[in-house]
Amino acid sequence: MTESLLPNVDWEIMWKATVETLFMTGFSIIFTFILGIILGITLFLTGKGNMWNNAFVNKVISAIVNIFRSIPFIILLVLLIPLTTFLIGTMIGPKAALPSLIIGAAPFYARLVEIGLREVDKGVIEAAKSMGAKPTTIIFKVLLPESMPALVSGITVTTIALVGSTAMAGIIGAGGLGNLAYLQGFQRGNGDVTLVSTIIVLIIVFIIQFIGDYITKKLDKR
Amino acid sequence: MINVNAVKKIYTSRSGKVTAVDHVDLTIHSGEIFGIIGYSGAGKSTLIRMLNGLEIPTEGSVSVAGHEVSKIKGSKLRKARQEISMIFQHFNLLWSRTVKENIAFPLEIAGVKKSAREKKVLELIKLVGLEGREDAYPSQLSGGQKQRVGIARALASDPKVLLCDEATSALDPQTTDAILDLLVDINKRLGLTIVLITHEMHVIRKICHRVAVMEEGNVVETGPVIDVFKKPKKEITKRFVQQVIEPEEAKDTIDHLIAQYKTGSLVMLGFVGESAEQPVITNLIRSFSVSVNIIQGKISPTQNGSYGTLYIHMDGEKEEIEKAIQYLHSQEISVEVIEG
Repeated sequence: MTESLLPNVDWEIMWKATVETLFMTGFSIIFTFILGIILGITLFLTGKGNMWNNAFVNKVISAIVNIFRSIPFIILLVLLIPLTTFLIGTMIGPKAALPSLIIGAAPFYARLVEIGLREVDKGVIEAAKSMGAKPTTIIFKVLLPESMPALVSGITVTTIALVGSTAMAGIIGAGGLGNLAYLQGFQRGNGDVTLVSTIIVLIIVFIIQFIGDYITKKLDKR
Repeated sequence: MINVNAVKKIYTSRSGKVTAVDHVDLTIHSGEIFGIIGYSGAGKSTLIRMLNGLEIPTEGSVSVAGHEVSKIKGSKLRKARQEISMIFQHFNLLWSRTVKENIAFPLEIAGVKKSAREKKVLELIKLVGLEGREDAYPSQLSGGQKQRVGIARALASDPKVLLCDEATSALDPQTTDAILDLLVDINKRLGLTIVLITHEMHVIRKICHRVAVMEEGNVVETGPVIDVFKKPKKEITKRFVQQVIEPEEAKDTIDHLIAQYKTGSLVMLGFVGESAEQPVITNLIRSFSVSVNIIQGKISPTQNGSYGTLYIHMDGEKEEIEKAIQYLHSQEISVEVIEG
């Protein structure tokens, strides 16, 4: 039945593209998470009146974050071609999209992390200090657990944005559903391929949103 | 136990320098419950934060339980803080942790093993009366219960000093009393030195042994609570004492009565310590031919004796009244004739 309705859809290729999209999203989100948390914590702690109050470091990181957050992703992809070929050895295929995806998403997530950390009750941090907690204890036992719902909902938003970015990366040859929809669907006039690719992307986004919301709700004991 | 020596704290802000604490000297003894009272902005919050190094004095020195808190830094300060616990107005519990986990937090910081931690936590839960709520999250607790968790958490590291930062200001009167009773109990049972700051004289009256009154960064008056009640020297202290001994309504009632009585004298008696427990009125009626009408009275127990006020109206011969007043004066009672 699908053959008559969607004559141009090759499910094997569709499946391969889906896996590539999931691979790009999954792999880049791990690094985005780690990088974003590190940048976000540094931004927060070097901020005014905080533990490592340091205007210089704060300004520098803040500037880097702002610059990379402001560059449109499609331009970032092109700008980073030299870096990508240096790191990955090629600029084609799902792997080649990873550096741009991570560099595009991590600063965005870093800002969300910073906002999340700012929401942590100052009194609780003071209480931990008054108990004689080390800075690392405060980071890992107070700041991160107390901001966890914000960190998770932040990573949900970032992941969904990343799915969108992988599709864009597909246009310059990264593979995945975006690549498929563009090359096989749009350029060859196969509307059905574009449609199915879009639906799959939508399903992926819905699932991510659902999981993210569920975990956020579970974690939030406030 | 605690020595605050010529301490000054100046904040520099864009709009200029603000002196939060101005040359304060304090000595607090071991096992004492010491209260610091003042209105907001008096510098009491800054002062108590200097006792555990959350604030560093601009000048002067602070030593607590043998630690030069104002000088030490890093791991030394962190070690010292484990002996100087603090509880807060807004409890400052970690919402992400259960009651048990919150209380265990200082033990985790001190590097206590898990089995020992659990044992200690259960002891503390019993001490503060939170049995059955071990696995609740702070959001599921009432204000009083939250402060009990705060107290248990503060006691977990076996501190020598407990600092209370407006610990009852966010609680209703009944809960306040329950928490204050718990603090007295802990003070007696563990011999813990307690320093508390508050703007409520009620708190001072109920549990403190000694009190310091703060105004504009200065300690303007210090002494045993009963003495301060008996003879408040400064205007601000008088106002705080009034808070407890003379309820708002009293003034209206008195004004009303002054208008009502045509003869005799309206007298306010102030009782302190021993005299509050003597049958003064009985003696008064037996010894002098005056009629006594009790209008309003209140006795407040403090940690070192009672303090009370009594409004009476005396009627009779002018001479007899004079004599009766003379007698009252001789009884270590403060006498104030409101209308002659």
